[in-house]
Amino acid sequence: MSDIGPSVSLSGVTKAYPGGTTAVDDVSIDIAGGSFVALVGSSGSGKSTLLKTINRLIAPSAGSVAIDGVDVSDGDPFRLRRRIGYVFQNIGLFPHMTVAENVAIGLRPEGRKATADRVAELLALVDLPADFAARMPDALSGGQRQRVGVARALATEPRLLLMDEPFGALDPVTRDQLGTAIRDLHDRLGLTTVMVTHDMAEALILSDRVLVKDKGRIVADAVPKALLAGEGGDAAQALVAVPKAQMERLGAIQSDRHPRASGGPSPDVRPKSNSSELGPRLRGDDENEGLAE
Amino acid sequence: MSDFLEALTRVPDLLAQHLLLAMAALALGIVLSLPLAVWSARVPAVGRVALGFASLVQTIPSLALLALFYPLLLSLSTLVGGGIPALGFLPSLLALTLYALLPILRNGVTGLAGIDPAVIEAADGVGMTAGQKLRLVEAPLVAPVLMAGIRTAAVWTIGAATLSTTVGQPSLGDMIFAGLQTQNWALVLAGCFAAAGLALAVDALLGVIEHGIARRKRGRVWAALGVLVAGMLVALAPMLPASRPTVVIGAKGFSEQYILARLIGHRLAAAGYRVRYKDGLGSGVMFAALTSSDVDVAIDYTGTIWTNEMKRADNAPRDAMLAQIGAWEARKGLNLLGRLGFENAYCFAMRRDRARALGLASLDDLAVKAGDLSFASDPEFLERPEWKSVRAAYPIRFRAANAYSPTFMYRALASGRADVISAYTSDGRIAADGLTVLTDPKGAIPNYDAILTIAPRLAKDARFVATLRPLIGRVNVEAMREANYMVDRDTGKVSPDAAARWLATKIGL
Repeated sequence: MSDIGPSVSLSGVTKAYPGGTTAVDDVSIDIAGGSFVALVGSSGSGKSTLLKTINRLIAPSAGSVAIDGVDVSDGDPFRLRRRIGYVFQNIGLFPHMTVAENVAIGLRPEGRKATADRVAELLALVDLPADFAARMPDALSGGQRQRVGVARALATEPRLLLMDEPFGALDPVTRDQLGTAIRDLHDRLGLTTVMVTHDMAEALILSDRVLVKDKGRIVADAVPKALLAGEGGDAAQALVAVPKAQMERLGAIQSDRHPRASGGPSPDVRPKSNSSELGPRLRGDDENEGLAE
Repeated sequence: MSDFLEALTRVPDLLAQHLLLAMAALALGIVLSLPLAVWSARVPAVGRVALGFASLVQTIPSLALLALFYPLLLSLSTLVGGGIPALGFLPSLLALTLYALLPILRNGVTGLAGIDPAVIEAADGVGMTAGQKLRLVEAPLVAPVLMAGIRTAAVWTIGAATLSTTVGQPSLGDMIFAGLQTQNWALVLAGCFAAAGLALAVDALLGVIEHGIARRKRGRVWAALGVLVAGMLVALAPMLPASRPTVVIGAKGFSEQYILARLIGHRLAAAGYRVRYKDGLGSGVMFAALTSSDVDVAIDYTGTIWTNEMKRADNAPRDAMLAQIGAWEARKGLNLLGRLGFENAYCFAMRRDRARALGLASLDDLAVKAGDLSFASDPEFLERPEWKSVRAAYPIRFRAANAYSPTFMYRALASGRADVISAYTSDGRIAADGLTVLTDPKGAIPNYDAILTIAPRLAKDARFVATLRPLIGRVNVEAMREANYMVDRDTGKVSPDAAARWLATKIGL
């Protein structure tokens, strides 16, 4: 586990659909082994499609993808996928299997069996107690399911982890926790991680490198610090502006209690939006997540 | 009530046959539908064709579907040089299998299409092959929906299996058809209850399996499967190779045939044979079954063979006709053992008061008045060559002509719904109801001596022939009429079995 994850290289990857839409337009990227790369873009920018060309869930219409220099289109797709951890946007837990069976499913096609200890270990990795192993997916909260999805992706000890909007359906507290947990795992296990997200703040906080995708193309490629410093072009800066503005507003509230404390001109709008932003954190509870914490 | 209890004694044997047939068809239907459902779900074009075909099959009445397999298998058998049975188990199995396809296929395809695409993508994403995805994910998820389809198919198959009687496969339908024919309602009810009970029991067991799968209770699934398999094994037990030789006796669908089949059967049983009956066969089907040895022995009528099978349009004197038929059948390997001793010709009968009022005594008279009269016949008559030859000799055109099962044909005449019927000369009801039989001055209706014919398989079997020979020339028309009437009459009726025993005593056998 001490060696670092594989490098991923995309060259000229294009995915055009018969209807005329081009989801991915001539994208070439080199991802260094062991890096945590975030792929950010608004919905419909083709970022999920691009991610799926890496493990061949989608075949590109042109271009090629290589992992550690080996073209992914060599050999059977299922063999490739068994080496890659994948966290789905829709989670996709198997509803007829227990949590333990779901977590260990990646081992079954290879004829391996996961012991109860191994399942407990994987659940612990995503901060779930061992007694969850016997539960069915429909008895879990959204956040717990997503954690099981992550544990499932890690069960085969992949060196490459692909995540498609892994925190999309979660509340902010769970999002934050799970994001931090995954970044820790990434560092601890020395993985190469590619994460698709529409949330720039998340990308900036978790990743080493942010790729911004717009209308099928990569329009920015920079480290988080550079993006915050204003680099990366207009499309990227439009996305960076949102968390930046929120940060400044929060800072303003904290430092001089403006505008709520001073009875500003529009108290009817601002507190509302603020409370929705901070609500769960201020309440500090999440009944579904109680066991996990 | 005692009638009903007596009828119930016939149930176990037929129930076993019924269960085996329906379950074999269901199993074959499942084996065929499952891969077809997977293929249909993968390739929509295949799905459209497969579901279209299965739906089309459902639109064919089950009786017709069974009947259609007979000529199909017969020509197939000719093509491959024989050996394919065209009657009995095989055509029933094939027809019922086709019936079982639709619900299984439709539920399978619907179930597969209804699986959450995210789950399928996850299966791909964790590196399952197509086979693993089917086995580990799709099959378990589609199972509850599929089981619902299998339950529907099971109920349909068990219900439609009652009709396999018509192609000579014993089933609970034997009781229903025989009961309908002889107006033995206890028999009909017993058959219906048994078939319905079987359908409910199988459906309940499959329901337990369905719930067991849905709730992941393996114990229940295995227990229910165990009961089903145990039932099948019990049903199979009588099928084990018997030490005694088994012979099959054919009978067409009316009382006289039932009685004569039992008369033959009792003799053979007494001689140590294991006897099975194939009742309710149509004339053409029965002759073909004899020729192919699907039926070992049957009673037919000279005129039927002459016109239907030999396609003769002319008429011949009685002895000449018998000789020609004997020679013709011998070329097919059949053994025409001889006449039983009575004739059962078609005749045209009317209520005496009605015939008198209209002044009708012969077919010549009928030709003049037929335009005002309505005619009731059995289902075969209007298609038979005799009817054509009668119409060629006498220009008869009825106002209306309807087909009934023989029993209801007499009812129609009694109630006045029909003025003239195609009756049978050996029928006890002609005398009992006081009917007038119209004479045939031009001799257009051929002779209908009852003859005993043995199939090629046993045609030269000395013991078999010797067992049956005493019947030749022994059954006179009075005795036959009386036996027929015992079964056909409305009150105090007896079973064909009892009538056959009475007849045997009457004619001193």
